[in-house]
Amino acid sequence: MKINLRLKIGVTLLAIFLLGSLILPFFTDVNPTAQGTYFKSLPMSWKHPLGTNSLGQDIFWVIVFAVRNSLLLGVSVSLIVNLISITLGLTAGYSGGWVDRLIMTLCDSFITIPTLPILIILASLIKGSASFLTIGLILVAFGWAWGARTTRSMALSLREREFIHMARFSGMGHFEVIFKEIFPYVYTYGIVGFINTILYAINTEASLAVIGLSNLSVPTLGSALYWALNYNALFTKQYTWILSPVIATVLLFLGLFLTSTGYNDLFAARRGRS
Amino acid sequence: MTVIVLKTEHLNKVYSLGSLFRRVKIHALDDVNLEVMSDQPVIISLVGESGSGKTTLAKVLLRVVQPNSGGAIVYDRVVAGNGALVDRSAFLKTVQPIFQNPFEAFSSYRPVDAYLETTAMRINGFSRAESVEMVREALSAVGLKYADVHGKYPNQFSGGELQRVSVARALIPRPKIIIADEPVSMIDASMRMNVVNLFLSLKNDYKTSFLYITHDLATAYYISDYVAVMYRGCIVEFGLAKDVLASPLHPYTRLLLDSIPSVRVKWDRSRYAHSDLETKEFQFVGCKFYNRCPLAQEVCAHQRPPAVLKENGRNVYCHFA
Amino acid sequence: MIRINNLVATYTTVRGTVTAVDQVNIEIPEGITLGIAGESGCGKTTLLKVLYGDVGFPLAIRGGAVEYGMVGDQNEEITTQNIQKYWFRRIAYIPQGSMSSLNPVVRIRSQFLDYLRTGGEQKRKLEEAREYVKSLGLPPEVLDAYPHQLSGGMRQRVMVAMASFLNPDIILADEPTTALDVVVQKGILLLLMDLQEKMKSTILFVSHDMGVHYQIAHKMFIMYAAKGLEYGNSEEVFSHPLHPYTRLLIDSLPAIGDTNLRRGVSGHPPSLWDTLVGCRFADRCPYATNECRTHEPILREVRPGHFAACHFSERFL
Repeated sequence: MKINLRLKIGVTLLAIFLLGSLILPFFTDVNPTAQGTYFKSLPMSWKHPLGTNSLGQDIFWVIVFAVRNSLLLGVSVSLIVNLISITLGLTAGYSGGWVDRLIMTLCDSFITIPTLPILIILASLIKGSASFLTIGLILVAFGWAWGARTTRSMALSLREREFIHMARFSGMGHFEVIFKEIFPYVYTYGIVGFINTILYAINTEASLAVIGLSNLSVPTLGSALYWALNYNALFTKQYTWILSPVIATVLLFLGLFLTSTGYNDLFAARRGRS
Repeated sequence: MTVIVLKTEHLNKVYSLGSLFRRVKIHALDDVNLEVMSDQPVIISLVGESGSGKTTLAKVLLRVVQPNSGGAIVYDRVVAGNGALVDRSAFLKTVQPIFQNPFEAFSSYRPVDAYLETTAMRINGFSRAESVEMVREALSAVGLKYADVHGKYPNQFSGGELQRVSVARALIPRPKIIIADEPVSMIDASMRMNVVNLFLSLKNDYKTSFLYITHDLATAYYISDYVAVMYRGCIVEFGLAKDVLASPLHPYTRLLLDSIPSVRVKWDRSRYAHSDLETKEFQFVGCKFYNRCPLAQEVCAHQRPPAVLKENGRNVYCHFA
Repeated sequence: MIRINNLVATYTTVRGTVTAVDQVNIEIPEGITLGIAGESGCGKTTLLKVLYGDVGFPLAIRGGAVEYGMVGDQNEEITTQNIQKYWFRRIAYIPQGSMSSLNPVVRIRSQFLDYLRTGGEQKRKLEEAREYVKSLGLPPEVLDAYPHQLSGGMRQRVMVAMASFLNPDIILADEPTTALDVVVQKGILLLLMDLQEKMKSTILFVSHDMGVHYQIAHKMFIMYAAKGLEYGNSEEVFSHPLHPYTRLLIDSLPAIGDTNLRRGVSGHPPSLWDTLVGCRFADRCPYATNECRTHEPILREVRPGHFAACHFSERFL
């Protein structure tokens, strides 16, 4: 199996982030949420590889924990969202009829709900210290609808293809057809959708942090950025503070994207196509 | 023991096309009556141009589509209409399909022999080990080696080879009849006879009947026992292949025969009637072939031609045959 | 006279470069229909694309050239580089999947007028188009329809009408009847033949069906695995083929009234990714010898005007 360059780079990046964010926290007893642990605004040094910020936190460790939390949130939200959207989408597309209509009505309601006003209302109700679980649930609730629609249209177009008929004439039952025949076509989209949902989750969490809905004391890439912005890090020339979450986010997203497209290429090559 | 190989009674299928304001009704199958009885396996060719209804008929027989009215029987099993059988497993052991586009008939995500294995396991109920043997045997019946096919994906084969794999798959449940919908139209002209000859040898060796759907009478000529010609949803001629092809009675059958690009005789270019807009022709009240027919007269425009019975079980649907 | 001089055309892909047209060297007289035959993947579509001047990445001309023998508006010689200016006016292309070449959300008449860039006199041009379409035997309502309202055969006839409307010198038809049933196919072929006689254009017709070629081609060019194997007047090529492959192609076609069982051609062409030595048809040839496998035969004149690329063509005379 010839693993292409794209996949190698992507997986390497992701591995760095994953392993780094999961393993490194064990090597320190720094509490990233606590403020004032260190002297403020120290420059980069061996003790503080990225310096410290105006809150007295070590920037490097904040980023490490931020990446971990963002990834945890992103991956778990994405898993649940995709489970829901693919199941509902496939069922709706393949079954047609009233099942399709019922699911799609539900789906469309969620799509057309304007996310931002609802979130603002929620923010005013919850006021600041929502738990991570609540945030996760909110992200799931607003995230599943698009994927379901797309999956459904794919299932709809695939349903009439000849190989579906052949599968049925080979004696396969309906569910078997959905998962063995239709799912593989949807699956590559699913991987991309999975990655995109991670990006969506991390992004939305950051947006929520800005409106004050997220849990700002827990470091995530979003909240790290929020704090840096709030303290005008750019103007006070604390470049490491503001740039570190940005660069970390960009590299993380790059890793996710390269992995997903690299994997797509690999899979296509394995199926005899080049 | 003579059985009903194929029988349709007043089969009707109507599609509704068009926009919200102007819906046009297309009778894809318009009162189709066919009957073939035999005690031997037979190859029936169903011939017609695109839009003739032959694919719709195949879909009704394969139970992929429900007719609006009328019934159909295949090998003594009712497949459509009143009393249609519900037992899917019995049906799959009687009727199997081959599709037109070999590249579409297989999912590009699964190796092609996976379908053969699934067929053997699901329909015949064999274990995995036994299935491999069945698959091996079916592949050799169509002239392919198991080692050459195993584990490969559809895009690693040519069209002709894939069609043969399709035939092998259809053969595994030892069905009484295989319905092949334009199986060679997408294969190069020079390779078509390979697949068509295969049908003949399978009929002789495995005693399988075939319903061979095509627009090309030339390939049908070699293997058919019976020929049914369709035009715009109606049967226009039916009979023993050697009769129909040697002396066609319906003007459309003659047109079909004349249209085959042969390497022997150059075409007569003087008389050729092009077809009109499809939707228009489907709306004709009388004979659907009216505006292209050299024998057409007033009565043809108003009255649907009845089946005129000739010798040897020949049916011609024409006022003037 | 169109001259194709030692043309070599390649495709560049992730896997490397493959030569799709390998040293094709023929002269095509004006005003005739040239039938280009061969199995799928032999290079005929690529040849047509190069002739049309549709040469852009990943297709590239690596050797040789095409001389059209035509001059343009400013009396300059028309070459592969500048022929794009003359698309539809001097040279037209009927693609294979013509069904998908029509814009589905635009009526046919607008697409017809797309071809006429002179603009302004739209109404007059439309009338001309209607007249023309009627003269080809198409129902005049066709122009007002959307593509999906027409059957495949009807759409293809529309494509032929569009391609021939401006009376181009050269019409390139890439398997225009392949996906159609025999009756519609005959209609389109007769249409093309009538057009060719009236307009005296040169038609290059690609098809894998030798029966079609027998009916409409004046000259025949047989291709195999990027090479040209036989070239000559179609009467001669069909009655006395000088290459075993041509003979196999002709014999593989079924014919009604024939009592012998026909056999299709077995095996398949060599992969163009492999390094090919000697005659590319040797593996499937019933007459192949060791010389065939080591020395590649060149397309040479065996009889006046009749070329074949085989060491043993004389044997078939």
